[in-house]
Amino acid sequence: MPGSDERWLDAEAGPVVRPYALTQGRTRHTGESFDLVATVMTTRAAITDLGSLAPEHMSVLQLARAPTTVADIASDVDLPLGVVRIILADLRELGLVAIRTPVVMAERIDKHTLREVLNGLRGL
Amino acid sequence: MDYGVSDPAGGSPRSQGQHRAIKILLAGGFGVGKTTLVGAVSEIRPLRTEEPLTEGSLRTDSTAGVEGKTTTTVAMDFGRISLRSDLVLYLFGTPGQQRFWFMWDELAIGALGAVVLADTRRLADSFPAIDYFERREIPFIVALNCFDGAHRYDTEDVRMALDLEPELPIVLCDARSRESAKDVLIALVEHVLMTASEEPLSGII
Repeated sequence: MPGSDERWLDAEAGPVVRPYALTQGRTRHTGESFDLVATVMTTRAAITDLGSLAPEHMSVLQLARAPTTVADIASDVDLPLGVVRIILADLRELGLVAIRTPVVMAERIDKHTLREVLNGLRGL
Repeated sequence: MDYGVSDPAGGSPRSQGQHRAIKILLAGGFGVGKTTLVGAVSEIRPLRTEEPLTEGSLRTDSTAGVEGKTTTTVAMDFGRISLRSDLVLYLFGTPGQQRFWFMWDELAIGALGAVVLADTRRLADSFPAIDYFERREIPFIVALNCFDGAHRYDTEDVRMALDLEPELPIVLCDARSRESAKDVLIALVEHVLMTASEEPLSGII
């Protein structure tokens, strides 16, 4: 976490904790898989046991209070994607976040959306 | 994280709207300008993936002296372009070498298409990426990054050198220029639109 007191090593020193230590060594997440640009959002479920969540889990929850994507979260918390996926799957299992694959992902992108993208790009 | 949907008053009907995320892949050899292009046209952000080493990558990555190393870190170029509050384009720039294909397999699912960024001085570096997209029938275009002083090839010579289909767009670009990078993306979407109209809908002969 940027700005935290224990961050006295610079980036060159590399991570103090190997990223997968945060996941107890797990490299594959549980449950249904989700895309890099799947939408993540917190549910209304209350956290029953705060102590069970690592600070990284809490950071991810914080970021997902507004709809965001898996890739955005990984970039914001500065953790590898694989680790973020496991954290998200944990949170999903606890019922704290919902992960939804974007509609356009399910099928081939329709022409209407393609035209919207085209117009959007032209208007940049 | 501003998607304009987190209205705490809850009055915005957009909060019920679908957030559409569209992926575009950017592939190409090392140093071809992927990071530059993503940065020119979008809000570029760091994204890394720490992947367990597969047997395939164990053969290529020397792990002598670090026998405990079971993961490898790969940095991706990750850019976001908000086209509208509910429509966001995500660019993923990934290394072109074959050993990174495990990442592409996931990135490619549901992607709009891909741009293969090529350098005319090292055309062979783009072979693996072209091969990958052709085999998986992922629509793509080739963008030639015209580096300062680089000899400007005729695009038809490049087409022959890369053995590309006549209808596959090859565009010239300057990866540093926002307008040029934008034009590359526009060329890709136009190509995808055109290809889409040629194919009959499933179920209709």
